[in-house]
Amino acid sequence: MEAIKTLTATAAPLPLPNIDTDQIIPKQFLKRIERAGYGDFLFYDWRRIQDGPDAGKPDASFVLNKPEYKDAKILIAEKNFGCGSSREHAAWAIHQFGFRVVIAPSFADIFFSNAGKNGIILVRLSEADVETLLQRSTANPQHKITINVEDQTVTDEQGFSAHFDMDPFRKYCLVNGLDDIGLTLRYEKDLDKFEAKHDNEFWSAPKVQTA
Amino acid sequence: MAAKTMFEKVWEQHLVAEPAGEPSLLYIDLQLVHEVTSPQAFDGLRMTDRKLRRPDRHIATVDHNVPTSSVQDRLVIADQIANTQISALRKNCAEFGIEFYDVQDTNQGIVHMIGPELGLTKPGMTIVCGDSHTSTHGAFGALAFGIGTSEVEHVMATQTLPQEKPKTFRINVEGKLPYGVTAKDIILDIIGRIGTAGATGYVVEYAGSAIRALSMEGRMTICNMSIEAGARAGMIAPDETTFAYLKGRKCSPKGAAWDEAVAHWKTLPTEAGATFDRELTIDAATLAPRVTWGTSPGMVTGISDKVPSPADTANEADRKSYERALEYMDLKPGTKIEEIPVDRVFLGSCTNGRIEDLRAAAEIVDGYHVATTVSAMVVPGSQKVKVQAEQEGLDIIFKNAGFDWREPGCSMCLGMNPDILEPGERCASTSNRNFEGRQGRGGRTHLVSPVMAAAAAITGHFTDVRTWKFNSRKEAR
Repeated sequence: MEAIKTLTATAAPLPLPNIDTDQIIPKQFLKRIERAGYGDFLFYDWRRIQDGPDAGKPDASFVLNKPEYKDAKILIAEKNFGCGSSREHAAWAIHQFGFRVVIAPSFADIFFSNAGKNGIILVRLSEADVETLLQRSTANPQHKITINVEDQTVTDEQGFSAHFDMDPFRKYCLVNGLDDIGLTLRYEKDLDKFEAKHDNEFWSAPKVQTA
Repeated sequence: MAAKTMFEKVWEQHLVAEPAGEPSLLYIDLQLVHEVTSPQAFDGLRMTDRKLRRPDRHIATVDHNVPTSSVQDRLVIADQIANTQISALRKNCAEFGIEFYDVQDTNQGIVHMIGPELGLTKPGMTIVCGDSHTSTHGAFGALAFGIGTSEVEHVMATQTLPQEKPKTFRINVEGKLPYGVTAKDIILDIIGRIGTAGATGYVVEYAGSAIRALSMEGRMTICNMSIEAGARAGMIAPDETTFAYLKGRKCSPKGAAWDEAVAHWKTLPTEAGATFDRELTIDAATLAPRVTWGTSPGMVTGISDKVPSPADTANEADRKSYERALEYMDLKPGTKIEEIPVDRVFLGSCTNGRIEDLRAAAEIVDGYHVATTVSAMVVPGSQKVKVQAEQEGLDIIFKNAGFDWREPGCSMCLGMNPDILEPGERCASTSNRNFEGRQGRGGRTHLVSPVMAAAAAITGHFTDVRTWKFNSRKEAR
């Protein structure tokens, strides 16, 4: 996982609530067995015209198809971003498309965890602050926003400044680019000890049938 | 000592380590594996030269991708990408020593169906799977939740997960459910009340007399859709109904071990006086059959109601999302729900693909025929449900009524297999998500209970099952 301390970039506004992972990456791309190559499929259906003679062609009005947003590394959306299916492919698609930060008033639990495992910074701001940033990035696609993970702040050139909450351990992992399994294995002795005892508690063992 | 909730007991019994300033390390008793969210996890193990720590605490099956049309179509899968994914799981399970239920195994089925069927799912366990509907297993008093692929790999390597302790939320459903109102209607009603993020950050315990009165099948339906309310997990206290369901199953304890297990399971329920971070009480007697009208499970109303208007929403964000949903669903505000016609009916999924669901739907359709404008299918959730239903003659009732009787799998719940809606088609579905395109690009999904789906298949439009005229020929059979 890459380490991220600060990031200054333009942002793509997606002013909708409850954006679910089925929209972020539609099911047909979940059949792949690779971990890379999902960026092209991000918001696949929303990026295409759905009906009429031009069905299937790129929808020029969708924000991610607009050339002025092509360098955006920050995605801004409304509440409950990433709800629905647990597919980590959603986090992979967002990251591989080039986004490093998602700003929203709230995130769904599983997506929140998946994003963390992939070095995506999730920034929770108040609805009013999100609205301000949505408006600025809509009005000016070149509007730059700075995320400072160590200070837990979001700032912009027009004087916007907000603090965001972040679990200290999550922050530590993000700024150091740490691998979760390696971190857990620091407790391998505890695990061995627990397991030796727990394996005798047969009601918790899926397949043991007799005492 | 302070009184404890069931969640707290299960949580504490699985704590491996509680490092200061870090998430707790939680032991995972069982990981269920399927073809879609596992290949990258197995690859991760290979790339880092790590072993699968406890193959005996894993089982795998195929469900998301498998065609449901015929045994032949399942044995030779035409979709090469799907076939590659299924072959990868087969190969990975052999390499890492995981028990695998292949396409035509008698134990194959949707992963959340087979855990309980085999008695793998038991009270007080911690269970994970790379699938958000893992919450289903909470119906047994297990702590069960969906995870992403990185976490799947983490559990494979360590049999643990670092977890922040969730908050607790008890939803009490008290009283007697009215006739025609089912577990599905309870959970859709709850999601409608608290919203799709209403339980984010919480583990929900469903309690109260209406929950206790439910069968295990009904309890699984409720816990299954906890995720649609944003919850990390749903749980229901184990009781005699739970024990009766588990007794004699393949992986249930036997002999003296059974008695010891039951004695342990009886210690799990929430103690009197335990406090929850949040509570909600619902009067079961006020509930009615539910139908979703929009593109989020929280966009739900009663069968006797009308499609709501964006003008009635409390804020600008809701107004916008109502407008977008109504446009996608091609519905006008004020339309009576009962007047909405359907093109397709899907009976199945990990929400409502169990034997009790099929029995209830069969009773509705018995002696009737599917409307000429409707194409309807029944997809049993597992091989065991299919065999049981066929022994009971339910397949004959469905086929006589014009339903397509299919092979087990996730099918049209998410349309990763060939079962999808065409653009513009409207479906009464017993599944769990009505997101845009969920059942096929441009498809329009209305979530309902099995009996409501069955009734809509016969009449061609949503129909209040409370007024259903049964045409059963039970006596004749």
